[in-house]
Amino acid sequence: MKIAVVVFPGTNCEHDIAHALALAGGEPELVWHTDDDLSGAEGVVLPGGFAHGDYLRTGAIARFSPVMNEVERLATQGIPTLGICNGFQILCEAGLLPGALVGNVGLKFICTPVTLRVESTDSVLTSAATVGQVLKIPLNSYEGNFVADDIKAIEDDGVVILRYSDAEGQTRDSANPNGSTNAIAGVTNAGGNVVGLMPHPERASEQILGSTDGMVLVEGFVESVRSVRV
Amino acid sequence: MTLSFEITISRKPGLSDPEGATTLKALHDLGYADVASVSFGRVISLDIEAKDEDAARRLLDEMCSKLLANPVIESYSVELAT
Repeated sequence: MKIAVVVFPGTNCEHDIAHALALAGGEPELVWHTDDDLSGAEGVVLPGGFAHGDYLRTGAIARFSPVMNEVERLATQGIPTLGICNGFQILCEAGLLPGALVGNVGLKFICTPVTLRVESTDSVLTSAATVGQVLKIPLNSYEGNFVADDIKAIEDDGVVILRYSDAEGQTRDSANPNGSTNAIAGVTNAGGNVVGLMPHPERASEQILGSTDGMVLVEGFVESVRSVRV
Repeated sequence: MTLSFEITISRKPGLSDPEGATTLKALHDLGYADVASVSFGRVISLDIEAKDEDAARRLLDEMCSKLLANPVIESYSVELAT
């Protein structure tokens, strides 16, 4: 089960997510952003980092890397496709996910563990979690503030999969670290096979890292890759 | 001919603009209570070879919707630089 982990110039979390995918039984394979043939990939991950230096807007240049034609082709075919942090920004820029990510309220780079509430299990990322489950996962971004021109449509479509919450699972302003609209931390597409989130599940994948809460997401993704193939 | 343009990219109204909100508060703190809103955008200066202004504008429109602006959250305007 090959999962293509796409590396752009400036990507810096590819080894972390590859490690976590392997822990979950996946078979990650790093691919360079100029690769224009991902045939054989049964899953795709766009990791965190600063692709193309975040120039213009986060993800704006990366979205035109040659590999993205293949990512779009696979995503459209229903292949599980995950964007983490910068990867989420790229998927939004590519129009594969709704919305966009802009500068954090407070204008600070945020690098801290946050708590998230699982809103929906109808996605390749949250399929192994339970609705209402609270996960503690590190956030590491400046442009993590989720906005959209039609937030009502996003809510009505039920594509919000994760929200920032307190440890009890309650959403409130003080538990929304970057000011995201409706505390949205992660979304999926209508088909549930393309997912993006700002926090880094791979950084909560082993006890030595302080939390293993990210593994329910990584394992869910790997399991989704396995079941889509069969 | 070479034409010079200034492209202004603006955040759509109503969307989160933390920089604008912070600057508005700073202006109020300085006593400029009449300031009603502040929003940030960016200006891109661009020189282009084209047969006339219309041809250039058609291309710039394409560039803005494809790359220079994100239509989900931004609007843009194109002005010929003097």
